[in-house]
Amino acid sequence: MKKMINQIDQVVKEQLQGIAKAHSDLDVHLDPMYIVRKEREKTKVALISGGGSGHEPMHGGYVGKGMLDGACPGEMFTSPTPDQMYECAQKVDTGEGILFLIKNYTGDVLNFETAVELLHGEGVKVQATLIDDDVAVKDSLYTAGRRGVATTVLAEKILGAAAEEGYNLDKISALAKHIANRGRSFGVALSACTVPAAGKPSFDLADNEIEFGIGIHGEPGIERRAFTDGDTITTDMMSEILDNTPYERIVRRWDNNLGEWQDESWITEPLNSGDKVIVLVNNLGATPQSELYMVYRKVAEILENHEIQIERNLIGSYCTSLDMQGISISVLKVDDEMLSLYDMPVNTPAMRWGC
Amino acid sequence: MTITKQQIVQWLEDSADVFQNEQDFLTELDREIGDADHGLNMNRGFQKVKEKLPSVADKDIGTILKTTGMTLLSSIGGASGPLYGTFFIRAATSVMSKEELNLVELTKMLQDGMDGIVQRGKAEVGDKTMIDTWNGIMTSLKQDQNISVYDALNTAVANAEVAMKSTIPMQARKGRASYLGERSIGHQDPGATSSYLLLTALSNASAQ
Repeated sequence: MKKMINQIDQVVKEQLQGIAKAHSDLDVHLDPMYIVRKEREKTKVALISGGGSGHEPMHGGYVGKGMLDGACPGEMFTSPTPDQMYECAQKVDTGEGILFLIKNYTGDVLNFETAVELLHGEGVKVQATLIDDDVAVKDSLYTAGRRGVATTVLAEKILGAAAEEGYNLDKISALAKHIANRGRSFGVALSACTVPAAGKPSFDLADNEIEFGIGIHGEPGIERRAFTDGDTITTDMMSEILDNTPYERIVRRWDNNLGEWQDESWITEPLNSGDKVIVLVNNLGATPQSELYMVYRKVAEILENHEIQIERNLIGSYCTSLDMQGISISVLKVDDEMLSLYDMPVNTPAMRWGC
Repeated sequence: MTITKQQIVQWLEDSADVFQNEQDFLTELDREIGDADHGLNMNRGFQKVKEKLPSVADKDIGTILKTTGMTLLSSIGGASGPLYGTFFIRAATSVMSKEELNLVELTKMLQDGMDGIVQRGKAEVGDKTMIDTWNGIMTSLKQDQNISVYDALNTAVANAEVAMKSTIPMQARKGRASYLGERSIGHQDPGATSSYLLLTALSNASAQ
């Protein structure tokens, strides 16, 4: 393994030290680990996300005005622990409450849920929303459900703007659910990533193979397929994304008044001709920008054929999987409200416009 | 006939050594059907527990277990952190202010812990998780409550091993391994294995 790292157990800390040096408007806390904005003058709902490290710039790169108030990074591909979310939330709470944005992984869910209970015990108003947009997972009954992947980036942008606009906790939670049911993603790996602590690739792919439906930790998806070419793979990915089979699942939502979890049934919304979308063509780590544009070209053509209007696009490294060679495509159906929130100013290390 | 506070402390200290020794083995199991970090995380968590133990070793069993749970909660990460953290925090509830436990009390303690895991993780027997091992352990302990703690734990280790190995032909329905579908069949579950290791450490401590 060749990586620009030193001691394996210092990888995440040393990254955070770099972020602290590079971005003087962020407050980087090392024990427990969290990143918050230095400037916190406004009374508003605070938006916090977090998850295992290795997906940079997600989430630390999205802390700043117009997006996240705080991010809690775990060890590499390991969810953060409840004490991180607990302290981070107490730091940024203005009394308007906290919204946790959780990517659907068992570890993330269990740790965030524990933090929710701890914060509730301290009298903090708190709400949590799952993002589970990876359509490669078909079945919610016999798996832990669809994984949370790159739609999370778009959710953080839109919800961050909503918080700045003064949405209260209930309204912003409702919007978060709306996004969760309207975002779809699909990933493909051409080669595996190497987790520093493991020292070798997470799985083995032959030269002529791809993992179709890869997760952002190298979890398998639908199947291992023969490598064909860019357009064929993109077309196959888009048919998975455009499949309108409704996805229904039970999610747990925290009831602030009762102080307990409530089961709620969620169902995805269809994507039809005439709809407007934001498209994210995302680098999973080690894919050249030229290939991302190649993919975007085909995605745009396919959506045009379906008479689906691309209103905005993002093309680059937004939700990565260390040094994995591969890409993911996300399509988020938007309405005018979501679009105008998306366009609002944002000033973070990894996303910046309008300011 | 009972298990003392000193043996409980011994159990937790020995667990730290066990997870250090078995770190690579657990991580390798997790590489096959998960994300290759279970050994690393368990070792990190229990080394922290070992550091913390001297400060609570003279307290009652409940306090020792609760401190262990809180420490694991904030240091393991992944799904195992909240699950093992909850296990020890819940296990502590019925043994607060106790200095030693008979088999009935120990069984209740472990059952509370297992119930905590079930409540947080929502897994059922047969889902290919640590619950399969715990179910084997609890069934074994409840068979005969009139024997010594040492004998009961000894038998439970044998049953836990069978339960752990029963996860090999199972298809995972919870956690990250569930995404593998049928490809998860043929691999031993890492969480079921770490729970087995935890029990062997308890059994060994009860012999000393």
